[in-house]
Amino acid sequence: MQALKEIHSSFVPLPVENVDTDQIIPARFLKATTRDGFGKNLFRDWRYENDDEAKPKADFVLNQPNFSGSILVAGKNFGCGSSREHAAWSLLDYGFKAVVSSFFADIFKNNALNNGVLPVIVSEPFLQKIFSLDSADRLRIDVAAQTITIEKTAEQEFFELNPYKKTCLLNGYDDIDFLISRKSAIEQFELAKV
Amino acid sequence: MGKTLFDKIWDSHVVEKIEDGPSVLYIDRHFIHEVTSPQAFKGIEKRGLSLFRPKQTIATADHNVPTLNQHLPIKDQLSKMQVDQLIENCEKHGVELYGLGHPYQGIVHVIGPELGITQPGMTIVCGDSHTSTHGAFGTIAFGIGTSEVEMVFASQCVLQTKPKTMRINIEGALQPGVVSKDIILYIIAKISASGATGYFVEYAGSTIRSLSMEARMTICNMSIEMGARGGMIAPDQVTYDYVKGRVYAPKGLEWEKRLSEWKELYSDADAVFDVELYIDASAIEPMITYGTNPGLGIPVQAKIPLVDAIANEGERKNVAQALRYMDLQSGASLLGMPIQHVFIGSCTNSRIEDLRLVANLVKGRKKHDSVKVMIVPGSQQVAKQVHVEGLDKIFTEAGFQIRQAGCSACLGMNEDKVPAGEYCISTSNRNFEGRQGAGARTLLASPLTAAAAAITGVVTDVRELIS
Repeated sequence: MQALKEIHSSFVPLPVENVDTDQIIPARFLKATTRDGFGKNLFRDWRYENDDEAKPKADFVLNQPNFSGSILVAGKNFGCGSSREHAAWSLLDYGFKAVVSSFFADIFKNNALNNGVLPVIVSEPFLQKIFSLDSADRLRIDVAAQTITIEKTAEQEFFELNPYKKTCLLNGYDDIDFLISRKSAIEQFELAKV
Repeated sequence: MGKTLFDKIWDSHVVEKIEDGPSVLYIDRHFIHEVTSPQAFKGIEKRGLSLFRPKQTIATADHNVPTLNQHLPIKDQLSKMQVDQLIENCEKHGVELYGLGHPYQGIVHVIGPELGITQPGMTIVCGDSHTSTHGAFGTIAFGIGTSEVEMVFASQCVLQTKPKTMRINIEGALQPGVVSKDIILYIIAKISASGATGYFVEYAGSTIRSLSMEARMTICNMSIEMGARGGMIAPDQVTYDYVKGRVYAPKGLEWEKRLSEWKELYSDADAVFDVELYIDASAIEPMITYGTNPGLGIPVQAKIPLVDAIANEGERKNVAQALRYMDLQSGASLLGMPIQHVFIGSCTNSRIEDLRLVANLVKGRKKHDSVKVMIVPGSQQVAKQVHVEGLDKIFTEAGFQIRQAGCSACLGMNEDKVPAGEYCISTSNRNFEGRQGAGARTLLASPLTAAAAAITGVVTDVRELIS
């Protein structure tokens, strides 16, 4: 996993609530056996008419050239539904490093963190403030300070991040390395349990 | 202060707690399938590791398999590669696989309980959000992502933050025509698709106690649809009777030992939950969803809510978009609306009791000409039982198509899909946009309500067909 310290970028607004992982990456694209290449099918059925890449839906934000950047900003309950980690892989592969919302579904939040995609939980008013910004406006996310700032107005909010996960993100550590390092404790636990 | 059922199981599975961080949670049973495991196998191979406890992992092929002609090679090459990869990975790493053609093959959340692999007091994970199904046995069971599948491969543990606890108490008798699917659709409609996010739910009360194991599984299955990390029910005599004698169930002295442990698995009288809800079972009617998340459900007799009357702006926009996608009108009734497909299957409602309910209703009746009806048993064993009991004859005479075990039309991944723009009454668990195929329109309901629509060709209150 790559270390993540700071993101300074414009953003892509998706003011829709309850975005489920079936929308982020429809099931028919889950046939791959690697983690790569999911970005081109990110939000596939919202992005294209009749599944045809030659027919982008003009009203969908990923097809609007004035919106770009490595931060996706979405309505509450983002990532609900299926546990497919492919959703996090799709966002990462497309180029998103963080998703900002007022509320995340649990499994998605874990999957995102396990791939170095930062879920940033903000208050509903702050979220609406971001939605009202211009497409050229930029956000700054500081992982160590756990803050998100609207550059133009310097308005800032603190966001929650588990201290353990923060250390992992800042250093690019992953949970599997950690668990392997705890092998003897796990073996002792097994012996005591029987 | 007493302990909740959740606390008892959680505490006995924590290897250690990381300071200011999650806990290392030991996993007793790990189920895997073809879709969310290949990258995890690749991951441990890349690290030069073998599976830490391969005997605690059980595999099946369910999501990406055809439900017709399973004896033939899979036609779709990508699907075939994924299923072949599972076979190869399981062989290489010593994992028991109940793949296509095996008498134990089926939907992962159907076969685990049916084989007695799922037992009270266990921690169970699977790379599938409906792992919450196994909670019906008094287990901590939850869905995980592929990175976490890799963690279990490498260490038989996952890192988890302890969720908050919620108890939903359901008391009273159910009305005729109302089944466990209606209970859970009612709860989700009441608290919304995110109403239990951050919580682990225990279902309790006299109504729950009166339900069979299979009915309890339907309820726990859909816990994730209100955002819950999982759902559970304390084991009782119904649970022990169900587990006893199954392939993997403890036998002899081991059974006695386990049974005495299982009898300690309940929430203490003075246990405190973060949230408690109370539901009157007699108020529950047959339910159906009209929108594109499982929280957008109504009693089948009720009208779709008036969009303009929804106070919260985000929610109003959400419902308006759902109605556009579904091509339904605010304030309208669903009763009498023509449907084109009926899907009876999925990890929510594909067990023998579900199929018996359907068979009882359709016996001697025929499906409506304009409807295609698919019955997809949850496992090879369920399919076998359908035949033993002669239910297949009832279904065939009614004009229903019986297919082979798999996730089928629940998720729009394998061959079984609903065409764009058409309506399907489905006994599955998700009505998201495109869930049953791009552009497909899903109405979630119980097996009874689905069977009623199969006969009439329109959305029907099943109570009109039972007297």
